[in-house]
Amino acid sequence: MKAIAVKIFESFLLILAVIVFNFVLIYLAPGDVVDALSGGAFGDGREEINQLIREQMGLDQPFHVQLITYIGNVLTGDFGFSPIGNRPVIEMIAPRIFPTLLLALCALAFAVIIGVTIGSIAARRPTSFFSGGLTVFALIGFAMPVFWTGILLVLVFGVWLDWLPVSGMNNLRLSSSAGFVERALDTARHLVLPTISLGVIFLASYARLSRASMLEVLQSDYIRTARAKGLSEGPVMIKHALRNAVIPIITVLGMEFGVLLSGAILVETVFNWPGLGRLAFEAVLTRDTNVLLAILTMVSATVILANLVTDIAYRLVDPRIRIGDV
Amino acid sequence: MAAKIQMKSLLRIAATTAISFSLTAAAAVAQEQYLLHPENTPPDDRRGGIFVVGLHIPMTHPIGVVASGLRNIPGTQLNAGLIRMSDNYEPVPYLADEWSYSDDGKQFSFRLNANARFHDGEDITCTDVAFSIKTSQENHPFKPMFAPVTGVDGGDGKDCTINLSTPHPALLMALTPGLLPIVPEHIFNDGQEMPTHPRLTENVIGSGPFKLAEWNGNGKIHFVKNDGFFIESLPYLDEVIMNVVPDASTNALGIESGQFDMVSIWSGDDIELARQNPNIKVVDKGFEAIGSIPWIQLNLRDEILSDVRVRQALWYGYDWEEYNEVVYAGQHRRQCTGIQSQSPFYHSGANCYDRDVEKGKALLAEAGYPDGVQLTISTFPGQLQTGAEILKRQWAEIGVDLQIDVKPDEVTMLKEITRENADFQISLVGLWNWGDPVIGVNRSYNCDNRKNNVAFSNMSWYCNEAVDAKLAEAGFEIDVEKRKELYFEAQEMINADVPVIYLTNEVWFTRMQNSVQNPPDGVWGWMDSWAELWLDS
Repeated sequence: MKAIAVKIFESFLLILAVIVFNFVLIYLAPGDVVDALSGGAFGDGREEINQLIREQMGLDQPFHVQLITYIGNVLTGDFGFSPIGNRPVIEMIAPRIFPTLLLALCALAFAVIIGVTIGSIAARRPTSFFSGGLTVFALIGFAMPVFWTGILLVLVFGVWLDWLPVSGMNNLRLSSSAGFVERALDTARHLVLPTISLGVIFLASYARLSRASMLEVLQSDYIRTARAKGLSEGPVMIKHALRNAVIPIITVLGMEFGVLLSGAILVETVFNWPGLGRLAFEAVLTRDTNVLLAILTMVSATVILANLVTDIAYRLVDPRIRIGDV
Repeated sequence: MAAKIQMKSLLRIAATTAISFSLTAAAAVAQEQYLLHPENTPPDDRRGGIFVVGLHIPMTHPIGVVASGLRNIPGTQLNAGLIRMSDNYEPVPYLADEWSYSDDGKQFSFRLNANARFHDGEDITCTDVAFSIKTSQENHPFKPMFAPVTGVDGGDGKDCTINLSTPHPALLMALTPGLLPIVPEHIFNDGQEMPTHPRLTENVIGSGPFKLAEWNGNGKIHFVKNDGFFIESLPYLDEVIMNVVPDASTNALGIESGQFDMVSIWSGDDIELARQNPNIKVVDKGFEAIGSIPWIQLNLRDEILSDVRVRQALWYGYDWEEYNEVVYAGQHRRQCTGIQSQSPFYHSGANCYDRDVEKGKALLAEAGYPDGVQLTISTFPGQLQTGAEILKRQWAEIGVDLQIDVKPDEVTMLKEITRENADFQISLVGLWNWGDPVIGVNRSYNCDNRKNNVAFSNMSWYCNEAVDAKLAEAGFEIDVEKRKELYFEAQEMINADVPVIYLTNEVWFTRMQNSVQNPPDGVWGWMDSWAELWLDS
């Protein structure tokens, strides 16, 4: 328990450090949200209005004042105001959390279930054609950029075959009187292509990882013992081998959650998925620093928390670590 | 073809005459008075439906009295203006049924439509017009739009008068809904700052053909038909949904798959792809009043570029045909001055420095650079970076070694070239005309508009008092022919000084399904009411 408490404290300090780092990074970048509001498609600047917005947002204050004020506000749950969205940042971010989580979890589930399954099957016959094919598939899946996979999928399944919608989370023409089931089914259809685009890169690595891990586990003495005892192959693979082989996958899951979210930025942009990733992309373009900082903080916190949860899960799955704690 | 162009020009001149004098306008006795497309109305079974659009930029809010820009695309669906402009720049009644100028041109009187009401049922009165103009004066970046307006008489009545300190021929253009949407005084006049007023995006009350059902400037913007709209039988559509899709490829795929009925303005190679799709039509008309001009900004504070001969040499070194072909797939028009090429005030005969490498070399030698000179151009990724690469090669032929400094994006570049004592030499930017030279042209040349940290001010730091005087005179001149002459002279003077080099006149394309009828292709393009749009499907 003490080790877990220390981990939680460390995680809090890490989140604080990430906030400061992100703030400094964005502060150093040239231009701010008022510059973005004054140029390009948003229109043209007017000095006194620019000044008014800068004052309202505290952008005219020295760096250290801005930083301290920001950290203080964040600790009280206030992520500031977005002049681009003309509303508090939290109101812009809140509706975006569910779509991103939905996409990330579906992609993760897709990658883990399919990846571990084909990795385990390949491990049983490591020299087979299937196993070799898996290596090639993993390389291709890992090497293809997410946005490229996404556009290809859209072209094939959205435009040429016209099987699935190409963008958004819901059909915009869906009547407002549509019921929950109809909406859920519609969302599910919209979810297919983004899930595959985002999941395929992780699917490839999980398949490779589970294949390697299973190969190692299948050489272990306890597997030989289990087989010698006359257990059928199914229980040997699932109960004895897979349970042990899955430990490194759990570790990687936590570590790769951040990569998953960064992949979500590209996928959400390509598929016009209304999540945090797309909002972050737009915030970069419009220098909406408060929104960007809030998303970075939330994503960083999520990754750090995911690692924390992984750490705890690791201890629960592997009794050796748990006993070591005691 | 030539006759066609001449006819078009004549129509424009006639239209501008109407704008400038506007002594009378017929009373609105029939619904047709309000329509830009009276010949194309839908049969009963084609009325209604949902129109889904892909927009390429996020929107801050839809209230155009506070700020300019493409926010007025949703803004013109939400709010009506006093008048609209036809394709020929002829004023068409909108909230104002009839209008007239006083003999001295210092009073503009009009009558508001008796049935015109805001979405909450409140009457639209002169108080609202006065408030809208005052708000624009205090907040909108285009100060010259209403600079001569000293007040609006009429109170809570429908007969209003705008009082002017000087004649102001740009006024009618400034009264269109994209520049002056009429907003409710009873909502906004509550002491809160307008640029961040919560009612800009929450529980929004407008005066236009559609009511705002949902506002998410980064996602879905949902309008529903305003059943109480003062023009009978309009709008034809039941709902308009604007979906913000920043990614151009997603937009293109959205229209290909039929998910969108119409997608954002675009100018590039994918227009050719869209043209090959029989289900999609590509419209190259509209947005002429906005008048987008990509140009080469020269910093006259730079020692080398302070010599007009160097600037002229650069223009002689520019090959517009190749530039247009390579950067814009040959889709843009030629542009020789700062007034966009479709405007009646455009001087097509002004010196356009047709490419002449020998003249360019000679001018550089005369300026003291017989062996050439090294210059740096600031740009940012995208079409303009490609443009910089083209210029590097073209200008090499006259002896200019052009270094390209690529900034991360437009905001960064604008920040750097407008900072105090900015030491950039050349940059590539784009500027919009916004309807009338008074509104969007003068700002790039006026001596008193040389401002630090203000994008799209006089960023070349150019100053010629004779040009200022000429532009000011043209701004007050109500005789259209005299006004035109003054602008012609000003354009010749500016071209002789070469504070900027005009690259092209950008053509904006709209892709839409074949079923879309009466698309927004007027002089203000998408920044005008879509009430007459209907779907033939």
